[in-house]
Amino acid sequence: MAKPRAQAKRVGMEVSIAVSHAVRLARAEGIAAYPITPQTHIVEYLSSLVANGELEAEFMNVESEHSAISACIGMSAAGARTYTATSSQGLALMHEILFIASAMRFPIVMTVANRALSAPLSIWNDHSDIMAARDIGWIQVFVENGQEAFDHSIMAFRIAEHPQVLLPIVVNLDGFILSHVVEALEFVDRETVDKFLPPYKPRHRLDPRRPVTMGAFAMPEIYTEVKMAHQVALSEAYERILAIWQEWGELTGRYYRPVEHYRTEGAKVLFLTMGSLSEVAEVAVDDLREAGEEVGLLKLRLWRPFPFAALREAVDGAELVIVCDRALSPGGPGGPVHSEVRSALYPLAQRPQTLGYIIGLGGRDVSPATFKEILVSARQELQKGPSQEFYLFGVRGA
Amino acid sequence: MTKPLEQTTWQEIEIGGILTKPGSAREYDVGTWRSQHPVWTKSRCIKCGVCWTTCPEGGISEQPDGYFDMNNYCKGCGICAKECVTGCITMVPEEE
Repeated sequence: MAKPRAQAKRVGMEVSIAVSHAVRLARAEGIAAYPITPQTHIVEYLSSLVANGELEAEFMNVESEHSAISACIGMSAAGARTYTATSSQGLALMHEILFIASAMRFPIVMTVANRALSAPLSIWNDHSDIMAARDIGWIQVFVENGQEAFDHSIMAFRIAEHPQVLLPIVVNLDGFILSHVVEALEFVDRETVDKFLPPYKPRHRLDPRRPVTMGAFAMPEIYTEVKMAHQVALSEAYERILAIWQEWGELTGRYYRPVEHYRTEGAKVLFLTMGSLSEVAEVAVDDLREAGEEVGLLKLRLWRPFPFAALREAVDGAELVIVCDRALSPGGPGGPVHSEVRSALYPLAQRPQTLGYIIGLGGRDVSPATFKEILVSARQELQKGPSQEFYLFGVRGA
Repeated sequence: MTKPLEQTTWQEIEIGGILTKPGSAREYDVGTWRSQHPVWTKSRCIKCGVCWTTCPEGGISEQPDGYFDMNNYCKGCGICAKECVTGCITMVPEEE
């Protein structure tokens, strides 16, 4: 911690409402959302903040998520600080427009309360929605608890609008497990947020006095170059994200890293989790450490840009990395996170073995005991040689 | 456009592919796409300009003598030949 600070008051609040307050403190100017399921209280509460005059913003109720994200693009193009939130099928319905938002470099902030995709119809949590939208070209962050959801919702605007970044950003938080629970969290005062987050200054905006063409078509001679420019911008956003997180740490005492470590010292086995699973895994790691196991936990916070160097450094000395996915790529390598982690570690001369375990699909409960069972299973598999590409753990009939 | 597309590097592209100057479409010779082009038989042309009016691409220009001809933006769609009042326009394949 850079400097000691007075303990702020902790309040108990539903995480969705806390995210709404973060967006209020960030002074979002344009919000577009489809208010009906799949949705959280985030935009519902934001609409009342706008209606009550507590947030000076244009709130557009639209008829679908496809329209919500399209309206966000329009508002961002006009130069507004823009926000939306969605979940599962809503994110899927946005799909084609998500690529346009990032390629046209509109710094929209979106909260995705991660939920399962239908069918079968499920309203519960997993990461199927965002993993199906992995390649949308947005910055993607995962949060673990209510405090992180609040903090990252504010930092997201600063990151997205950074003149050398100018990319949209998804803040992923687990649906229901986080979005609908009451957590204790610290607010940050208006003055601090205003200082941290100055008004958005768009590089270009829709302005009849200074006309520009947005969304022009590209001939084959130039499309690849435009993609490269986007790719480089997203990769190079990494250093700026870290710098902004550092600045927030100095203001609040809460520091964030792209790959978080929990009791990894001397760990031979590392679990790797994302989102709210991480707190459950921490309990399991505590118990296992107590029982003498050399086990630690890595939490992947930054999904895009992918933190290659930080991940490679984090697994140094480990013999086994057990990646716990909350999504399945059917007919493929199983979990998308495991697939990418394994791929990122492959070039290392000394690399740990990796195993992919898929858990918590469609709201299936994951307890500390689950991680202990996974550890037993992983050791058995390693002993006899992995029998499967991945493990849909806990499935009946396996 | 300061440079031909095929020489532009990714670093030279404005953020988001935004075009900051108007008139860039004028620099695309879309006429190179066509597989056929219109030919006017002047003896039957009454200079009515229906071809010029119905061309969706601005691919037809009026000549100083009042007759019409295609320009570099003609994609060879054939609408002019279809709409010509006197039937004086024939579509001719490019290779001829």
